[in-house]
Amino acid sequence: MSRILVFVATDGGRIRRASLEVLSQAREQARDLGLAVDAVVLSDDPDSHVDAIAAYGPDRILTVQHGAFAQHRNQPVLAALAHVIKETGPRVVLMASTEAAKDVLGALAVRSGAAAIPDVASFEIKGDSVSALRPVMAAKQLARTTSDASTVLVSVRSGSYEAVPESGETSVEPIAFSYDDSDPAMVLREILTAGGDAVDLNEARVVVAAGRGVKDQEGKALVEELAGLFGGAIGASRAVVELGLFPATTQIGQTGKVVSPELYFAVGISGAIQHVAGMSNSRVIVAINKDADAPIFQYATYGLVGDLYKILPPLIAGLKAAKAG
Amino acid sequence: MRFCVCIKQVPDISTAVQTGRMVLNAYDASAVEEALVLKEAHGGTVDLLLVGPETARETIRKALAMGADSATHIVRPDVGDLDSSAVAEILAEHLADHSFDVIATGKQSQDTDSGLAGSMLAERLGLPYASNAVGLAVEGDALVVTRQGDSGQEILELQTPCMVTCSNDMNDPRIPSLKGIMAAKRKSVEQVEISTGTPQTRVEGLEPVPAREPGQLFEGEAGELAALVVDRLVNESGVEL
Repeated sequence: MSRILVFVATDGGRIRRASLEVLSQAREQARDLGLAVDAVVLSDDPDSHVDAIAAYGPDRILTVQHGAFAQHRNQPVLAALAHVIKETGPRVVLMASTEAAKDVLGALAVRSGAAAIPDVASFEIKGDSVSALRPVMAAKQLARTTSDASTVLVSVRSGSYEAVPESGETSVEPIAFSYDDSDPAMVLREILTAGGDAVDLNEARVVVAAGRGVKDQEGKALVEELAGLFGGAIGASRAVVELGLFPATTQIGQTGKVVSPELYFAVGISGAIQHVAGMSNSRVIVAINKDADAPIFQYATYGLVGDLYKILPPLIAGLKAAKAG
Repeated sequence: MRFCVCIKQVPDISTAVQTGRMVLNAYDASAVEEALVLKEAHGGTVDLLLVGPETARETIRKALAMGADSATHIVRPDVGDLDSSAVAEILAEHLADHSFDVIATGKQSQDTDSGLAGSMLAERLGLPYASNAVGLAVEGDALVVTRQGDSGQEILELQTPCMVTCSNDMNDPRIPSLKGIMAAKRKSVEQVEISTGTPQTRVEGLEPVPAREPGQLFEGEAGELAALVVDRLVNESGVEL
């Protein structure tokens, strides 16, 4: 039977939700096409993830154990995925479009003799081809991209599909994998993280993003308070990241993260094309800006023209009351 | 160090309406800038490599005017039909016979946002690589790369020869000076013919992004605006607060 392989990404001890979105969609298309779905997890402790993956109903969970997977490095990930592809011969390999996935996708395609369609908003597995829609030209257009290659790798933007749990029979198969981790050609010295408890932007239901209008710690505190009301994540435009007010991991846009939460607050963001490319698929957008002509208002569900320092305090109070009431 | 920076000519996407103006890919411009900074600090050379039609020569001249030493132009009028895989194949064929310490390029093209060609090229050449670099430093024979990962910045030490793809967050590329522009006219651009390059994917068409429902714009006193939007969020938006 032809198979779909889904690469499930982990982040420390947990599975990235975007991977489960991809796994759910793989199941759905596999059902119609009569394909089997394998989920592969690379981890120093893969067994700890098995239950969480099984809840989304793949036919098999392939576990690859190695200490090299404790932190992301492209060479061990490449070696392991290429090995699993060779062993299981999937027709399609799907993964969430995380930075880790972007780091390996091209090289993996070359190593596995596969085609790659990166960062898609939707995909469709057909008889003997895979077709996808991917945002191009700063997300102003969608390119329908197709490949007839015998193996096609596809990375999927987070938020493109729903993660839907599904019960079913799942077997767990460890894959033997040896990897010499002593290669000095590339060494990971350290990882600088920006605050361990920050809510993950890709997974948040609510995102509050700050732009150039947020000028100081006072404005930052208001943004944090608004996000805190919802357990939401904090984002930023490139401009305020460059000013050093917010860490680079919060950057949303063409070069940063692409998010599509239920509710997006654009606070003091003008709406440059490169920023909009990273948030225009949010379901409800609230924009606050002094300038009534700011491009962000073209995308806003609710646009508020005014001073964010004056609007945010009563807005926070009002939302608090609404949530309590 | 001897740098080779792979650059691409792309449409200008910074405007709301397409003008047809072609420019140096912004991410590649950051790669050129970073190579020049490291050359100025540690010595070495910066060569450019471009796959594209005759008219892309203008983009090569622009990057030479920034300060690169020389360039190679692989002339392919059909570059629009080539995907990342085909371009990486062409670049690899050329680079197989050339020796560099660091091959750099942008992390993606600003028009297609694919982000594949860099790691495809590294894999074809068998080089260690890092993607999405936001900082580069030379330490002896090693290139120290700071890359933006999923949950933080990863500091990687790569032995040369190696490959790196650059984010535009690492620097602000210099604007060529008049002197640089004049000097660029005298720099050598070697023209090379390579006819291979097999695409693995094809673009069947472009579609407009579905338009968002028109929104509501409110002006007025801050307290009223706040009350209005709270009401809309609670009673109309369908968002579970």
